[in-house]
Amino acid sequence: MRPYVSLFRIRFINGLQYRAAALAGLSTQFAWGFMNILAFSAFYRANPAAFPMAFPHLVSYIWIQQAFLALFAPWGTGGKAVETIVNGNISYDLVRPMDLYNRWFIETIGDRVSRAALRCVPILLVAFILPEPFRMTLPPDMRQFALFLVSVPLSMCVVTVFMMLDTIFTFYTMSRYNAIFIFTAEFLAGGILPIPFFPEPFRTIAELLPFGSMQNVPLRIYSGDLAGMDALKAIALQAFWLAAMLLLGKLLMKHSLKRVIAQGG
Amino acid sequence: MIRLQNINKTFRIARRQSGFGHAVKALFSREHELVHALKDVNFEIQDGEMVGYIGPNGAGKSTTIKIMCGVLTPDSGLCEIDGRVPWKERVAHVRDIGVVFGQRSQLWWDVPVIDSFELIRDIYKVEARLYRRNLDEMTALLDLSEILKTPARSLSLGQRMRCEIAASLLHSPKILFLDEPTIGLDAVSKIAVRQFIKRRNAEHGTTVILTTHDMQDIEALTERILLIGKGRILLDGSLDELKKRFPGGTSEEMVAALYKEYKI
Repeated sequence: MRPYVSLFRIRFINGLQYRAAALAGLSTQFAWGFMNILAFSAFYRANPAAFPMAFPHLVSYIWIQQAFLALFAPWGTGGKAVETIVNGNISYDLVRPMDLYNRWFIETIGDRVSRAALRCVPILLVAFILPEPFRMTLPPDMRQFALFLVSVPLSMCVVTVFMMLDTIFTFYTMSRYNAIFIFTAEFLAGGILPIPFFPEPFRTIAELLPFGSMQNVPLRIYSGDLAGMDALKAIALQAFWLAAMLLLGKLLMKHSLKRVIAQGG
Repeated sequence: MIRLQNINKTFRIARRQSGFGHAVKALFSREHELVHALKDVNFEIQDGEMVGYIGPNGAGKSTTIKIMCGVLTPDSGLCEIDGRVPWKERVAHVRDIGVVFGQRSQLWWDVPVIDSFELIRDIYKVEARLYRRNLDEMTALLDLSEILKTPARSLSLGQRMRCEIAASLLHSPKILFLDEPTIGLDAVSKIAVRQFIKRRNAEHGTTVILTTHDMQDIEALTERILLIGKGRILLDGSLDELKKRFPGGTSEEMVAALYKEYKI
C-alpha cells in the first residue's frame, strides 16, 4: 500500500500548490452556479409543477455539483497520464515496479481530491448563507446524508475508471483531443441538465448507462430526490459499473502495453 | 548478466508530404513506412562491467535501452537480464535496475526534489536505513545539499541531472542504464557526473550501460565499446583496440572515422 499512499500524497500536495488556478475555478463555478439557478428559477416561476425535480432539490444539486466539480467531472483530469503517453514520458512510469493502471488511477484520484479540497469549502459556505432562492438546504435526514457519503467516492471512482478507458485508448490513437467524447460524457452524466429532465425513454437509458452512475447519484441523493430503495439500487448500479469498467480497463491496459511505443528520443 | 540474442524491432511511422492537400488526404488514408530500428542485435554484458553504447542519432541506442528496461517489447529475439525477460516480468525486473533518460525527467516538476526522492523510496519500498545511507552518500558526492529543497522546475540542467542520477540509485540497483546522462551539461557538471558514476561502479559493483555522443564520457568511463549503426551492432571491443586502429587524432575524430568507415 505504501507506494499508493505516497503517490496519492504527492499528487495531493502538488495539486494544493495551484492556488491561482483554484481561485479562477472558484469564480467560474460561482458564476456558473448562479446562472444556472437564475435560469431554472425563471422556468419554475412559470409553472413549478411542470418540472421533474423540486426546486430546492435542484438548487442543492447545482451547488454540490459546483463545489465538487473536480471529483465528478468526466474531463479535466487524468490528463497527466494521457500527456505521458503522447510525449513518451511513459518510459519512466514503466521502469517503476508498479502496476501502471493502479498508479494512474491513484494519481488521478489524488489530483481530483486535492482540487476539490481547495474549492469545495468556500462554495459550500457561501451556498449555505445565500438568500433564497439561491440558498442550499441540508439533507432531509441522516440516513440520506450517509447514503450521500457512500455515493460520492463511488461516483468519483466510476468517473475515474471511465477516464482510464479514455486514457488507454490514447495508446491507440495518440491523440489528446477528444472534445466530442467529453461533451457527450458530460451531457449524459447530467452535468449540463440533471438526468430527471431528460424525456422518457432517454431518462431511463441515461440512468442505466455508466454516465448515470456518476454525479447523478450523489447529487440527487443529497437532497432526497433519490431516496429509499431507488437510492440503494442506484448505488448498487454504481458499484457494478465501477467493477465492470475497472476490469475492462485492466484488460485493455494489458493488451495495449504490448504495443507501447515510447515516443521520441 | 545481460544477454541479447537476435533482437529485432520495427516501428511503423506515418508519413506525408507537406501542405494542406496532403494533410487532408492523410485524414483518410495514411502511408506508413516500416523503420527497422534494430536488426539482429546480439551482445552480452557481465556483472560489474561499464559499457559505452555509441552510434549516431537514430542508430537504435535508445530503443535497445528501452528494451532492456522492459519499456518496449521487441518483435523477435531473446533478451535475458539476470535470468528475467524484461518485458515479461517487468515489475520484478525493474526493481533491480536504475534508469536515467537524459532527455526526460523523473522528478516531480512542482515539488521539492526531496519529495520526489521520498516518493521513489516508497515506490521501491526502500528500507529506511538503506535510503538514509544512499541519500547521504549521494548528497555528499553529487553536492546536493543545497538543492534538495528546491522544486525541480527551478533547477539548472546540471543540478537537475545530478538529482536525476541520484534518484535512479536510491534503491541500490544492480544495473544502471544511462541514456545520454551528460547531454547539455557544462564541463564542471560533466566531470562531476563522470566521477560519480565511476565511483559507484568501483565501490558498489554496479553494472553501467551508458549511451552518449560525448567521446570524453566514453574515455573517462568505459573500457568496452558497443558501436551501433542503422540498427546493427557493428563493433564490440575495447577503447584501446579502437585507438590502435585509428591512431592519432582525438577521440571525436576517431569516432567520425569509424562512422565513415561503416557508412553510418
